[in-house]
Amino acid sequence: MAAENDFLLAIEGLTVSFDGFRAVDDLTLYIDPNEIRVIIGPNGAGKTTVLDLICGKTKATEGSIKFKGQELTAMREHEIVTAGVGRKFQTPSIYEDLTVFENLEISYPRGRTVFGAIMFRRDQVVIDRVNEIAEMIFLDGLLDLRAAFLSHGQKQWLEIGMLLIQDPELLMLDEPVAGMSVSERQKTADLLKKIIKGRSVIVIEHDMKFAEDIAHRVTVLHQGKVLSEGDMERVKNDPKVVEVYLGH
Amino acid sequence: MFSDYTMAELGSIFAMQGFAGLSLFSVFVLMALGLAIIFGQMGVINMAHGEFMILGAYVTYLCSNLFSEYLPGLFSIYFFLAMICAFIASGALGMLVEWAMIRHLYKRPLDTLLATWGLSLILQQTYRSVFGAREVGVTIPDWMMGALPLTDIVEIPINGIFVMILTISITVAVYFLMYRSGWGKQVRAVTQNRVMAGAVGINTERTDRLTFGIGCGIAGVAGSAFTMIGSTGPTAGQLYIVDTFLVVVFGGASSLLGTIASAFTISQAQSSIEFFLSGSMAKVLTLLTVVGILMLRPQGLFTLKVRR
Amino acid sequence: MKAGFSLFNRSELLFLVILIGLIFIVLPFGLDIFRLNLVGKYLTYAFVALGLVLCWGSGGILSLGQGLFFGLGGYCMAMFLKLEASTPEATKIQSTPGIPDFMDWNQITELPWFWEPFHSLPFTLLAIIAVPTFFAFIIGLAMFTRRVGGVYFAIITQAFAAILTILIIGQQGYTGGVNGITDLRTLLGWDIRTDDAKYVLYFVNGGLLIACLLLAQFIRQCKLGRLLVAMRDQEDRVRFSGYNVANLKIFVFCLAAAISAIGGAMFTLQVGFMSPSFVGIVPSIEMVIYCAVGGRLSLFGAIYGTLLVNYAKTVFSEVLPEVWLFAMGALFIGVVMAFPNGIAGLYQTYLEPKVRRLLEVGGKEPDPVDTSSIAARPAE
Repeated sequence: MAAENDFLLAIEGLTVSFDGFRAVDDLTLYIDPNEIRVIIGPNGAGKTTVLDLICGKTKATEGSIKFKGQELTAMREHEIVTAGVGRKFQTPSIYEDLTVFENLEISYPRGRTVFGAIMFRRDQVVIDRVNEIAEMIFLDGLLDLRAAFLSHGQKQWLEIGMLLIQDPELLMLDEPVAGMSVSERQKTADLLKKIIKGRSVIVIEHDMKFAEDIAHRVTVLHQGKVLSEGDMERVKNDPKVVEVYLGH
Repeated sequence: MFSDYTMAELGSIFAMQGFAGLSLFSVFVLMALGLAIIFGQMGVINMAHGEFMILGAYVTYLCSNLFSEYLPGLFSIYFFLAMICAFIASGALGMLVEWAMIRHLYKRPLDTLLATWGLSLILQQTYRSVFGAREVGVTIPDWMMGALPLTDIVEIPINGIFVMILTISITVAVYFLMYRSGWGKQVRAVTQNRVMAGAVGINTERTDRLTFGIGCGIAGVAGSAFTMIGSTGPTAGQLYIVDTFLVVVFGGASSLLGTIASAFTISQAQSSIEFFLSGSMAKVLTLLTVVGILMLRPQGLFTLKVRR
Repeated sequence: MKAGFSLFNRSELLFLVILIGLIFIVLPFGLDIFRLNLVGKYLTYAFVALGLVLCWGSGGILSLGQGLFFGLGGYCMAMFLKLEASTPEATKIQSTPGIPDFMDWNQITELPWFWEPFHSLPFTLLAIIAVPTFFAFIIGLAMFTRRVGGVYFAIITQAFAAILTILIIGQQGYTGGVNGITDLRTLLGWDIRTDDAKYVLYFVNGGLLIACLLLAQFIRQCKLGRLLVAMRDQEDRVRFSGYNVANLKIFVFCLAAAISAIGGAMFTLQVGFMSPSFVGIVPSIEMVIYCAVGGRLSLFGAIYGTLLVNYAKTVFSEVLPEVWLFAMGALFIGVVMAFPNGIAGLYQTYLEPKVRRLLEVGGKEPDPVDTSSIAARPAE
């Protein structure tokens, strides 16, 4: 039990079934502080569902998810965020009718209750922080632009920025470079390398080169179960993984 | 409230109210079937659904008049022809509406709701201008008159039985159409994944139009059946629309069986309470219960758990 | 990006001045008291429309049951006025003097308990706001924490409006039934039926409307307003940014209910009665169209939309009553299909650039990005 506290995130025996179909099946996974974990696996392996379960979007059927000793399965979505878990969705989900500045401002972790939001004032601290983040995500010249007018890649960056401004201890990214052009992909990789410092990150990614670039450890999911785990080299040479990816 | 009655009396009361409830059940099911297709499968809120039903009723009324005027010999079977006409008329209007209005609003369900409400106002006023503001009734053929005595106090009207049989037949037909025919498969494919359905060669636009048309056509048939147990007025459709939506939502929008079960529950509850309290209180209680249950189980009674 | 907070930008300030001028100067001087009273009645619906701009336009929550709150506010006011009109002296011909006449007609011999507190004006004023807000809170709590939204929410609010109407009509001994609560005369001894009183009430109504407009504008301009827009577009993103989405929705729904209720109370005072025909499904959805015609995203638009639709309704009803339903139906369809942002949207497309150029003469350049005018996408 004592060892459990050393992990930032401890998932044990996690199971979720949708009408009999076990999308995640008795999954156990530990993430260390400051660890970069890449989750790979074929389509339908349950990767996105695992993120959904951690951030509370889907309720687990069985099992536990402990984040810094707190049981996440018993918490509501916004409480999980407040506890320090940030999650980026697969398709860019940003507020298209608001400006880039407002998108970031809303994500700034202050005034999150109804009355807090009424009393919230745009002071210099907020403005400085927004500018700082905007520079990091290559959008510093576009603060007054409506987010709807951003390119696909810029929208992905904006969403990453919206997470960054919350400064989460655990950052979960669902295919952050999907649908990006080659140059955007490179810039994103640089961005991610910059922002993953000082926090734990779970990344779902198909791009093996990208995964190899950033991962400390890799987990391969298959049919809701962990197929293989370890560093990239080991996972790549695991016959079970080869079987799943190349066998048929 | 039960203490004033003996058990035998209570039994008869429930039997009689049960049958009254079955008439209401028929109306609910017939209206809800069309809605279950349009709302449950396509996700379109059609507030003018009641008016499509009333169109069927007016078509039946016209047929009844035509037959008694020109073909009195065939009067006893006019109803079956009227039903077909009602289906065609409401279905055609439905397809026209889908083409002119609904297809532009698929991504804006709340706006569809408002636009179809506007349509319902226009249709109501049209009926009022054409047929007058007063309710009209059709002449029921002789063989449908009268009642079957069941016990000394319980009698069942023949037209009621006829409508019941009709309801069951239409339900079975809809079931086969939706779940056993190629067209039904196409409809479900389009609702579940429009892009993919298009990619495998389904004409999604035509499927949408046909689905909407058939949903409206079934409403027309419902209106036709409705004339057998009640009279028709320009605003009769509006009276049932919210109840019917609750029926569909309560049953779980995309489940046909759920729709029928919920129509049965709601109509039986309402007509049983009605005997002991006033009609309005019965309705208030029923609606409140339904809304209350929906708050606890918003996805309806009969739905599968799926990943959102 | 500036720090600080401004309630109105330059052109909105101009709108405010124009609206105040119209309500407090042009209309009172231009119309006789009968017509002015009519305008006053229209303006009470504008309260509902303001609430809908917040709830539906900003937040994407369409309630088809706003008549419920308008009606509750109106009934609270009417109960007080009715009790004042039912003194034992005024009702001595009844078999039970001292209770409202419709109760006597329905063989009720004692004032029901829930009528008792409405002898007090302070209680009544509190109840006008508190009762509808409480109902909105209950509905909101039940629906929004269970993630019921969109068309489901619309249908269920509509069911609530229907339930209240059936209840009022069914329980006529307690509520006055289908005729409503009529024959209201005085407020604390002050006769509300005289022309003078109608003038005063008109101005009070106008003042309250402007106050509610300012309140709504404040909500829209602070972070809560931007959160509502954000929620309309990407509810999950807001939730996963650490906000309790249900609470935000409950708040805005309650606020809209409270504003509508003020309108209902002012309606009772100005028109002199309250009846279920302002509560149910049909009036509730009509109130949505007032807001839609004016522009669901514009507070000013909502007020003008209300005035315009009601003016048209009055004119048609006097001249060609049967055409009115056609016109109303066409309005619903037209606004949704062709002008989803209503009058305000048309203004923004065609007139605003010109006005903006006019305003720039002799002034600093206005902030080119203001959220109220760019959030111009129809809610889904």
